[in-house]
Amino acid sequence: MDSDIANPVHGKIQAEIDTNDVVLFMKGTPVFPQCGFSAMVVQILNHLEIPFKGIDVLADSSIREGIKEFTNWPTIPQLYVKGEFVGGCDIIREMYENNELKDHVTTKGIAPKS
Amino acid sequence: MAMDAQEIESLIRAALPDARITIEDLRGDGDHYAAHVVSEAFRGKSRVEQHQMVYGALQGRMGGVLHALALQTAPPDDV
Repeated sequence: MDSDIANPVHGKIQAEIDTNDVVLFMKGTPVFPQCGFSAMVVQILNHLEIPFKGIDVLADSSIREGIKEFTNWPTIPQLYVKGEFVGGCDIIREMYENNELKDHVTTKGIAPKS
Repeated sequence: MAMDAQEIESLIRAALPDARITIEDLRGDGDHYAAHVVSEAFRGKSRVEQHQMVYGALQGRMGGVLHALALQTAPPDDV
């Protein structure tokens, strides 16, 4: 059975990552992150001037659980670029420290905030 | 509830017998650890896949009893 049919939230998640270049499923909002890991990713994205849409999983528990199933990834935050899951806090920080994140985003055709 | 470093290490080792594992208890509360895992099984796999292998080894504890595990993974010679 197709898991998307089983879990309608997957459709909602898919729509968000299809219609927004960079999406961060996080706890809290970009302006008021509610968790250190989410805050770290927001800080990295802002520092690199990467425009993104923040989705507060605390505001919708179905997304908070559905997103973990959607990617087979047990924690929040989760970053998506052009519909592809890039990583959680550890991987985003490691990519940032290795100067890979900006390249990853620009090669996907996403321009930094002007 | 929390986990101790030994339990984390043995779960990872059960899934990755060749792994070199170092675990650091970041806050002494059994809930915030850092782990560095080196295994041949990671070769050719993306970071996401490597981390998913470790989360799989932890059998659903990640994000549950184990609140935070700062994870770094690599195949042997990429260390």
